[in-house]
Amino acid sequence: MLYREVGDFKASYAADQATFSIAFDRWFYHGILAFAILVVPFLINDYWANAVILPFLIYSIAAIGLNILTGYCGQVSLGTGGFMAVGAYACYKLMTAFPELNIFFCVLLSGGVTALVGAVFGLPSLRIKGFYLAVATLAAQFFLVWLFNKVAWFYNYSASGQINAPERTVFGFEVTGPEAMPWSAYLFCLVFVIGLAWAARNMTRGSNGRRWMAIRDMDIAAEIIGVNPLGAKLGAFAVSSFYVGVAGALFFSVYLGAVEVTEAFGIQKSFIVLFMIIIGGLGSIFGSFAGAAFMVLLPVLLKNIMVGKLGWATDLAAHFEFAIVGALIVFFLVVEPHGLAMLWRIIKEKLRLWPFPH
Amino acid sequence: MSPGFFYGIEVVLNGLMTGVMYSLVALGFVLIFKASGIFNYAQGVMALFAALTLVGFQDGQIPFSHLINAVFGTKIHHFGWHLPAILAVLFALGVMILFAWLVEKLILKHLVNQEPIILFMATIGLAYFMEGFGDLMWGADIKTLDVGMPQGGNLWIEESTAFLGGEDFYGFYLDNLDIWASVVALVLVVSLVLLSQYTKIGRALRAVADDHQAALSVGISLRVIWVIVWSVAGFVALVAGIMWGSKSGVQFSLSLIALKALPVLMLGGFTSIPGAIIGGLIIGVGEKLFEFLLGAPFLGGATENWFAYMLALVFLVFRPQGLFGEKIIERV
Amino acid sequence: MIRNGRSFDGRVDAPADSGAGTGRAAETPGTSGAVVMELRGITLRFGGVTAIRETTFDIQEGEIRAIIGPNGAGKSSVLNVINGFYHPQEGEIWYQGRQRGVLKPHQIAHQGIARTFQNIALFRGMTTLDNIMTGRLTRMKSGIFRQLAWWGPAEREETEHREAVEQIIDFLEIQAIRKTPVGRLPYGLQKRVELGRALAAEPSLLLLDEPMAGMNVEEKEDMSRFILDVNDEFGTTIALIEHDMGVVMDLADRVVVMDYGRKIGDGTPDDVRSNEAVINAYLGVAHD
Ligand SMILES: Nc1ncnc2c1ncn2[C@@H]1O[C@H](COP(=O)(O)OP(=O)(O)O)[C@@H](O)[C@H]1O
Ligand SMILES: [Mg+2]
Repeated sequence: MLYREVGDFKASYAADQATFSIAFDRWFYHGILAFAILVVPFLINDYWANAVILPFLIYSIAAIGLNILTGYCGQVSLGTGGFMAVGAYACYKLMTAFPELNIFFCVLLSGGVTALVGAVFGLPSLRIKGFYLAVATLAAQFFLVWLFNKVAWFYNYSASGQINAPERTVFGFEVTGPEAMPWSAYLFCLVFVIGLAWAARNMTRGSNGRRWMAIRDMDIAAEIIGVNPLGAKLGAFAVSSFYVGVAGALFFSVYLGAVEVTEAFGIQKSFIVLFMIIIGGLGSIFGSFAGAAFMVLLPVLLKNIMVGKLGWATDLAAHFEFAIVGALIVFFLVVEPHGLAMLWRIIKEKLRLWPFPH
Repeated sequence: MSPGFFYGIEVVLNGLMTGVMYSLVALGFVLIFKASGIFNYAQGVMALFAALTLVGFQDGQIPFSHLINAVFGTKIHHFGWHLPAILAVLFALGVMILFAWLVEKLILKHLVNQEPIILFMATIGLAYFMEGFGDLMWGADIKTLDVGMPQGGNLWIEESTAFLGGEDFYGFYLDNLDIWASVVALVLVVSLVLLSQYTKIGRALRAVADDHQAALSVGISLRVIWVIVWSVAGFVALVAGIMWGSKSGVQFSLSLIALKALPVLMLGGFTSIPGAIIGGLIIGVGEKLFEFLLGAPFLGGATENWFAYMLALVFLVFRPQGLFGEKIIERV
Repeated sequence: MIRNGRSFDGRVDAPADSGAGTGRAAETPGTSGAVVMELRGITLRFGGVTAIRETTFDIQEGEIRAIIGPNGAGKSSVLNVINGFYHPQEGEIWYQGRQRGVLKPHQIAHQGIARTFQNIALFRGMTTLDNIMTGRLTRMKSGIFRQLAWWGPAEREETEHREAVEQIIDFLEIQAIRKTPVGRLPYGLQKRVELGRALAAEPSLLLLDEPMAGMNVEEKEDMSRFILDVNDEFGTTIALIEHDMGVVMDLADRVVVMDYGRKIGDGTPDDVRSNEAVINAYLGVAHD
């Protein structure tokens, strides 16, 4: 087939370090990118945007964020929901306090605020490790949700306790609020996805990524070869939280529009994003996308089959979904702990050698 | 003395009793962790599942009736009989043992040499599965669980302590159920400790905890031990499920008590049975007192949601090995 | 058999400053006698256990300094003290002419001390290449923002260090496993990769904790050759823990002998070999 590297020889180290070292991969990637930017906006409608595409894009950002922390730096966090809430509420406060500020910057700044909060909650990671840390991050989850629930300042003293996204435009097109068109909301999210995925790839491929992975694989040895654990871990917490915060801001402002914190950002969110990176593949940017796609599509698919085709009650379908997702997590951990990303790599390996396997 | 002082004491007493319940759930964690190094996140869902199963047997519910009805268009729901509580408890226990066996066979066996954190995530998956499966099997509606535990306030304690305070003090209000639950939990904890000290199986379990090889040389297969431990944890989950279920009904939120047991473990250490008990009491009392003194009056209430975690977090930062752990010196 | 490499061509034994002996001290051109590292009266305790007792010795520039002794003698602890993983309760550490305060291990790595470990401590999730690249981290600029955009300084830096690492890969003859995750490598190769990671830091003091433990004869010979070459070609000062006395006698310029946390002998390999106390404590005892 055409799926070939020309031998395994690279003309330069730079080429060897490239993200897509095989020409076919490069075309494939550019093809998808072109399709996403040039074609999808014309096809997208309300149903696809809300049921599949927006959640997929936004969860991808969150999954990349958690993957940086857990997959690359080895620090398991169960606080993702709480950090998404920080992004959402920061965005809401910024949008309402500075109505003139472009929503693009509101979202970025929300990421920044979340990065700070994340770094603070990352401090214990210098002393606490493994499950102890995982459990400790639950403190962030529960405390933050409680905070946004109880302190009225965060929701501008609204009677309902909810926050609602005001209408904001980019280049004159509405991206938040009820008037927003699916294509403009989509493109707005896509910009973040592309920019952040690209940045994540760059941060993880060089010396910085190696610092994180060294900490993940063996933190003592990492420190002895010269990695400062404080810098590496807090850096990972901050960067990861930035991503999660941006995801939370988009989730609130573009996707949901109105948010009640315990409902939108409860501990289930933390688990869903964790599942995405397990299923997709720990320590893989591609895996983050794959996992997000999987976890977004699966419920839609199940619902379409069970509720749409078979006419079952929605709660029955929901129970099925839980059981299936749980079983899949276990299945993946047992059969392919490296997730979809690894499966994809194996398929590519096979393809590359096809039709002469030896 | 002011009535506030007595209310404070009442809060402490209630906290102690809640703490015993936390200890009970934490104990399930510790058992599994000691014997297999697995941090079993599903412990709470096991309690929910056990309680659902118990109610299901007691009321003669037909398992998977919703599913069957959806597929075949039937309208079945109950067999029409009621089992005595004791029989239902035994059946539920049987299901939990079967469950332990399946967990070993389908999951643990395949993950023996994986890193602990992978196993931890597998138990999160397991928790998800059981939650869905339990609802599929027995339905998700809130059920009342009644195995004959006494309900309501304990009048005797209330009346006999009324003299302590002045006019406005009517005596300590303690729930009968809580008192019973504490007693049962205490008995359970003590008997588990005794069993692990004085029986062959118990000694084997502790041997596994210390050294897997040593346990093998005693002639007990690791896998058998895992099944036993998960069964015991299932039993503990059933007891916890009965207590919490009698108190607030069998529903999804029951699985959340597991989340309360986590900070208990962080505080007490994952491997220490006394740690689980004392950690549970500290957290039970701590969160009730905090809510009473600071939370409700100044912070808008509901601080129980996070207080335990924050306490454990702050504590661990200063003492990473927990209350009873030995100081960790890392080696290379 | 180890000395058949080019490193020994045309060298003649000359009287060593420490007296008689045919150790390598006098042969090694790099040995200037300047002290790189000095431990003075080091005592290290763990609760009731005293791992090191009032131990004093130095490591001179360009030499290969061996530390020997039975298991539990405190050898690894000495290396751990040198690279700051353990902090002794008593004593002084002098490095490059200055007394060293209490530093963190990563700070000490930045001062040019690198090491390998008794139990392999590679980064198992990474490839050989990436593992060795981590050795360069002390020489690479950190900074997340610099790396956000790949092209430009970040890519140049990466390529530059990649070149240095490729030289090490060639030197250690591990080209074929460049892209293999280290977890999949056999033990002997893992040890070699670990040496590569330490070398990548271009350390001024290299600590090797039992680099040949568990290897077969052939692997040991290779490893000995690498260690000698590193010492000769780059002039790297090396402190080495090793159990195989044959290897020690061949490689070392000077030897420290430890037992029960105490230093019981110090000198050229020949000195040590003829020392009563050492013979009683160590050489007489089967130690494998
Ligand atoms: N982190 C530690 N905690 C407690 N004791 C230790 C630790 N590290 C080393 N020791 C003790 O110090 C002594 C010396 O150990 P070590 O330096 O590893 O010996 P060697 O490398 O010579 O075999 C041993 O008794 C060992 O048990
Ligand atoms: Mg040693």
